[in-house]
Amino acid sequence: MTEMMATRDAYGQALVELGRQMDKIVVLDADLSKSTKTALFAEKFPLRFFNIGISEADMMGTAAGLAASGYIPFTSTFGVFATGRVYDQIRNTIAYTKLNVKIVASHTGITVGEDGASHQALEDIALMRVLPNMMVVVPADGRQTYQAVKAVARYEGPIYLRLGRPKVPQVIPAGLFFELGKAQLLKEGKDLAYLAAGITVKPSLEAARILESQGIDAAVVNVHTIKPLDEELLLQVAKKTGALVTVEEHSVIGGLGGAVTELISEHHPVPIIRIGINDTFGESGTPEALLKKYGLTSENLVNAGQAVVQKKRQLSC
Amino acid sequence: MPVISATAIEELKLKAKKLRKDVISMIYRAASGHPGGALSALDILIVLYYTVMNIDPKNYLDIERDRLVLSKGHACPALYAVLADRGFFPSDWLDFLRKIDSPLQGHPDMRRIPGIEMSTGSLGQGLSAANGMALAARLDGSRRRVYVILGDGEIQEGQVWEAAMTAAHYRLDNLTAFLDYNGLQIDGWIRDVKSLEPLAEKWRAFGWHVLEVDGHDYTSLLEIIDRAHFHKGAPTMIIAHTVKGKGISFMENQADWHGRAPNKEEYVQALAELEK
Ligand SMILES: Cc1ncc(C[n+]2csc(CCOP(=O)(O)OP(=O)(O)O)c2C)c(N)n1
Ligand SMILES: [Mg+2]
Repeated sequence: MTEMMATRDAYGQALVELGRQMDKIVVLDADLSKSTKTALFAEKFPLRFFNIGISEADMMGTAAGLAASGYIPFTSTFGVFATGRVYDQIRNTIAYTKLNVKIVASHTGITVGEDGASHQALEDIALMRVLPNMMVVVPADGRQTYQAVKAVARYEGPIYLRLGRPKVPQVIPAGLFFELGKAQLLKEGKDLAYLAAGITVKPSLEAARILESQGIDAAVVNVHTIKPLDEELLLQVAKKTGALVTVEEHSVIGGLGGAVTELISEHHPVPIIRIGINDTFGESGTPEALLKKYGLTSENLVNAGQAVVQKKRQLSC
Repeated sequence: MPVISATAIEELKLKAKKLRKDVISMIYRAASGHPGGALSALDILIVLYYTVMNIDPKNYLDIERDRLVLSKGHACPALYAVLADRGFFPSDWLDFLRKIDSPLQGHPDMRRIPGIEMSTGSLGQGLSAANGMALAARLDGSRRRVYVILGDGEIQEGQVWEAAMTAAHYRLDNLTAFLDYNGLQIDGWIRDVKSLEPLAEKWRAFGWHVLEVDGHDYTSLLEIIDRAHFHKGAPTMIIAHTVKGKGISFMENQADWHGRAPNKEEYVQALAELEK
């Protein structure tokens, strides 16, 4: 049986452990600490926790001031409020200054669910990715989040860490360790490759298994660091398979699909199909219903896999 | 109050003349920049950097230094002039304000310029950063202090008031803010664009200790800063009544001199006035 865990829960637990190990870690929240799970840290380390209230812009600036004085601030709120809402603050006071601020968004993507479009960040990766100095990380499951938070704390510089609300199964093997900037080849394959991030890694693995029974050999890569991209591994996979499907719980514009197409079209053009949210806002519903409606299912990925292989064949004749 | 003699005050005034010349020359050579707001904030910077703040230009990253955030970043020629004169960087850097490959960017960049504590330029963000520095000083158990200078037009930004609440909530009495109340923003008089009054009452209602002063009078500034230091349990806002373009007759109180450089003739006239 696979253990279920929300990535935000793993974040809360990792922060507590880090709080014990690193006395320079401080945590800021904007009235969502119970949801973002920073409340766990607040309970253990009240003097190093600052609830800034519903003032996200101020929270980012305050974090910058703490970082400029040698602290390692983690700021948390929902994805929409952690990025677009405070874009200029992040741009000018955190990214331009290259300050050691960690922006950790707990609720991102379509699986925010019932709260609907106002709360579903589907463009946050794009917004953060275009900022110089900003690293963008999207862990695939709870265990990987735990490892990622620790790596993020030890890295010096601004990072956007994208987490999610629902409980998700473990998909990354226990022995496979997280390293910032190093994508993980989860399954070898020669006919196509799924390049996935976050909760879409699991349906990608499932799709690869289904294709196998049809005689199609698909690779699966967990691209947990979207910036900087692991160009070496991705180009290697593109050369080997000649057909790619990018999969993300984010707009097909500007996120993982955008980053991969930029890289591949410049260095080794091969057919690509981008699976994600097709330039539209989200809506209310259960995470499962939304994933189905917006095509983030293994069935849809199987179709995309078949289609991209066909494209490749057409091009080669 | 730091004991300061009449002769010391006279020396500061002489220093101010030199620094005003530096500001005007810098902007003249750059052929762009913001003289009005630089000249209105300059005297506050002089009092802070020559008498009040605990800083060591030779050891400018010393953890125990006092911090200053120039939230109204466009006034940076004033801060650059002061930092150069205090020895944070060579004075000849001033010749290259706003030029390609120069450390002296059009707005302050903490990664390029010794003595700049926070990059600013996008208005409304400096008080939040200063709050973070004040919280850090408290966590460190340090007595170091944080100063921040805000523009009066700048406080039309909502983030300023978010930060005002934060500073009061956390009782940041190691933080002293100055409001450069010159009455002007780009499009004209503040009272015509979007009025701030009642201003002192606003800050008091937000939980601040509020003082008012003539922002060009050194003796009064010193006295009021001293009172701010002794006030416990709340941050202090010093509303400094200033004159935009202070010291150059034709620039004073003119919205037009917010963001333009003097031409040759105007430059010569400005220098002549400062020679007097
Ligand atoms: C967020 C933001 N909006 C607009 C500007 C453009 N701007 C630069 S200075 C200025 C007026 C500032 O007025 P004030 O704060 O009164 O400054 P001072 O009079 O001291 O020069 C404006 C609107 C900016 N730098 N940042
Ligand atoms: Mg003004």
